[in-house]
Amino acid sequence: MNEVIFQERAKQIHRKGDAPFELACNKESLAGAVSQRACVFCGSRVVLYPIADAVHLVHGPIGCAAYTWDIRGALSSGPELHRLSFSTDLQERDVIFGGEKKLTQALHELIDRHHPNAAFVYSTCIVGIIGDDLEGICKKASQEKGIPVIPVMSEGFKGNKRAGYNAACKAMFRLVGTGDTTEISPHSINILGDFNLAGEIWIIREYFERMGIEVVANITGDGRVGDIARAHGAALNVVQCSGATMDLAKMMKEDYDIPFVRVSYFGIEDMAEALYKVAHFFKDDSEILHRAQQIVREELSTLYPQLQKYRQDLQGKKAAIYVGGAFKAFSLVKAFRLLGMEVVMVGSQTGTSEDYRELHEVTDEGTIIVDDSNPLELSAFLKEKDVDIFVGGVKERPIAYKLGLGFCDHNHERKEALEGFVGMLNFAKEVHATVMSPVWRFVPRREIRQ
Amino acid sequence: MLEATPKEIVDRKALRINPAKTCQPIGAMYAALGIHGCLPHSHGSQGCCAYHRSHLTRHYKEPIMAATSSFTEGSAVFGGGANLRQAFTTMYKLYNPDVIAINTTCLSETIGDDIPTLIRESRESGIIPEDKVVIHANTPSYVGTHIAGWSNMTKAMVTYLSTKTDTAKNQINLIPGYVEPSDTRHLKQMLKTLGVEAVVFPDTSEVVDTPQTGEFHMYPKGGTTVEALRTTGNSLATLALGPEASKAAAVELEKKCQVPYQLLDLPIGIAATDRFVQAVMEVTGVEPPESLVEDRGRLVDIMTDWQQYLYGKRVALSGDPDQLVPVTEFLISCGARPVYVITGTPSRYFETRCKEILQETVPEAIVKADTDLFYLHQLIKNEPVDLLISNVYGKYIARAEDIPLVRFGWPILDRVGHSYFPSVGYRGSMHLLCNIINTLLERKDRDDPDEVFELVL
Ligand code: SF4
Ligand code: SF4
Repeated sequence: MNEVIFQERAKQIHRKGDAPFELACNKESLAGAVSQRACVFCGSRVVLYPIADAVHLVHGPIGCAAYTWDIRGALSSGPELHRLSFSTDLQERDVIFGGEKKLTQALHELIDRHHPNAAFVYSTCIVGIIGDDLEGICKKASQEKGIPVIPVMSEGFKGNKRAGYNAACKAMFRLVGTGDTTEISPHSINILGDFNLAGEIWIIREYFERMGIEVVANITGDGRVGDIARAHGAALNVVQCSGATMDLAKMMKEDYDIPFVRVSYFGIEDMAEALYKVAHFFKDDSEILHRAQQIVREELSTLYPQLQKYRQDLQGKKAAIYVGGAFKAFSLVKAFRLLGMEVVMVGSQTGTSEDYRELHEVTDEGTIIVDDSNPLELSAFLKEKDVDIFVGGVKERPIAYKLGLGFCDHNHERKEALEGFVGMLNFAKEVHATVMSPVWRFVPRREIRQ
Repeated sequence: MLEATPKEIVDRKALRINPAKTCQPIGAMYAALGIHGCLPHSHGSQGCCAYHRSHLTRHYKEPIMAATSSFTEGSAVFGGGANLRQAFTTMYKLYNPDVIAINTTCLSETIGDDIPTLIRESRESGIIPEDKVVIHANTPSYVGTHIAGWSNMTKAMVTYLSTKTDTAKNQINLIPGYVEPSDTRHLKQMLKTLGVEAVVFPDTSEVVDTPQTGEFHMYPKGGTTVEALRTTGNSLATLALGPEASKAAAVELEKKCQVPYQLLDLPIGIAATDRFVQAVMEVTGVEPPESLVEDRGRLVDIMTDWQQYLYGKRVALSGDPDQLVPVTEFLISCGARPVYVITGTPSRYFETRCKEILQETVPEAIVKADTDLFYLHQLIKNEPVDLLISNVYGKYIARAEDIPLVRFGWPILDRVGHSYFPSVGYRGSMHLLCNIINTLLERKDRDDPDEVFELVL
């Protein structure tokens, strides 16, 4: 059976060392595939969801709202409105006669009760078909209620998750530029593309603040409507992740002439580089770079010795990576290397050809690189490469466990902060705990092997 | 997190807050997994399918396989026919399932794709190999809930597969309802103990609770086989457990193959399980063996030993209609007072039966279908309860109001056990009851001041 899989999908799989690098990606998933991919709505929802003082109203049938109710630990230090599930719960008559009246009414009921600072209204597939005038309704509600009511054009069928990121960015961009920027320091940034899973953005913010930099807006982890409104007052956008908020950074560059740098907070090298990149931007104040160096030095001096003991056990173990966005994959490859481990397979749901080219460069000979994979394929690779730990998301976890491998969720369901210097330690601990667990000894397949 | 919930209850017309239901296709997908060798197929955009798989995965902690038609803008305009044809080709090439069970989604329903015609055409043109089974159910989420999805897919098994021939079979059909694999497994065990041959469908045991072998199997060993499903037309009778989930299939089976059916509440609790056993006896003429009588005795023993801790306890319940009815009845038998019983699923059965059950002992009880957890929270804020029984989503309310919570129903995304320990039958009821009692006692120990905190309870 495997042969067929590889034939059909040959262009989306590459083994380093075989042939010149070439990988087809950003293709539509093949109809009929057990794809791990999600939809536009999903993309928008994960990006905007952490904005905690807004209401997020899903205009559609109940499912779309039910499955996105608080499934992601995007922490808030204050309001928690984002953790409630609001839906217009469209019924048959709404599908026939249109859902506009219901949406208007729902917005009124919602805003009157919860007094949010903004409302995001998500369009779902069905709304795209019945053609409700989301734009018009939101505009009217906004005028009547005196808060921004912003449509998110996230009909699921209009592309994949990446299109959803774009829709989310467009929605946020409507907020940008509406707030007062007078008090903002010239040494200021926005943090883009971090969702504060397990409190990660707090770690990152603290580093920047220790450097003497003002963080204007968290976009979107622990996010606030008011902060995003004044985000155009920041001097620099610091963007994490190859997909989610890049479009917003580009729009802000175009309209407000705010430059951006791309960073990653996973792993020691990338984390340090992120701080240095920002410090170099604020060249006018050499103290900033100085402080950045000091942070890195301090953090590493406590971190390295602690990592050693994990490294000892993990040396030579094999890891496989399959994540949503490719940016995470780069950092993970480096992080595993730091632990003395070998990455034998790496893939993503939504990587671009640029991403994969970069991945090809950072990986070792024989590594399998794959775009938009499926469970059969993944399990074949995992077995072939005799992997010890698999890093993936919710749908990958049980596959790893069934095969009897360790697993680390580097996605929505992570429970430990994995970003920052301390995140590297947490990552090492987590990888160590799952790889070294004695339970794998009872897995029949691996019992035989030993 | 729920501090914002106001006490004052206002009628909401357009807004659903914190739903106590989800959409049809996920129920259909779960039911389809109860057929052996089946690959569920979601005819719509890939998002729906990804969500349904993730959600089921979170509940069962098992790989959940399903394919999708991956609609694009083009399919939204021209219909999903081409996608479905492509999907068949892909599925047979890559995954070679014996059975494909198609569910629609809101999108394909709104566009109006005619699935039976599409299946027929694909068969005629040879895209679907001759020996392969394809069934379908229409599952628009803007009508009904996940329960309707399960019910529709279960009915489709009958419509497509049940056949009446001349050779009557000395067996019964058992439709277990939207239950856990542990429940189905236990029901099969009970029938075995009773010495009754049965086709149980759909049967998700050994599909979503498979043992760890170190291998990943796309098609696990469990599930009702197509051959068995075909013979349901020759059975003596059908027992349909839980009307919302199972009635449609039973009715269809009577219509199509003249197999008479009995509609029963899910056998949870003493009385409902008695009725189930009674029904099996009537239909087959068997007598319950000693071991079953003893199981019953043990359940009653727990009820009597611990009644003092349950008597008069105010309980709030949220979940699915078929489960809530017998659990409400069970609580009443134990002396507790189910004061609020709500479900997100519209269900006349639920409202009528619950009211019937509660009428005498808890006349003030509020029973409401087609509502949400926000409403339940408001009720509790107005007059608190001693215990909440709910699926995972009850945990917010339990935390906000500091009420002990028994997780029961579907889904449970944060605890282990539901796949392995049943709540149906005498034994399942014992397990559920122990869980309820222990949860209450845990709370008592936590809250009791030192001077009354006791070793022996
Ligand atoms: S569109 Fe319909 S089928 Fe898809 S997730 Fe939403 S409610 Fe469910
Ligand atoms: S209906 Fe569309 S928007 Fe909703 S989950 Fe399905 S694909 Fe996504």
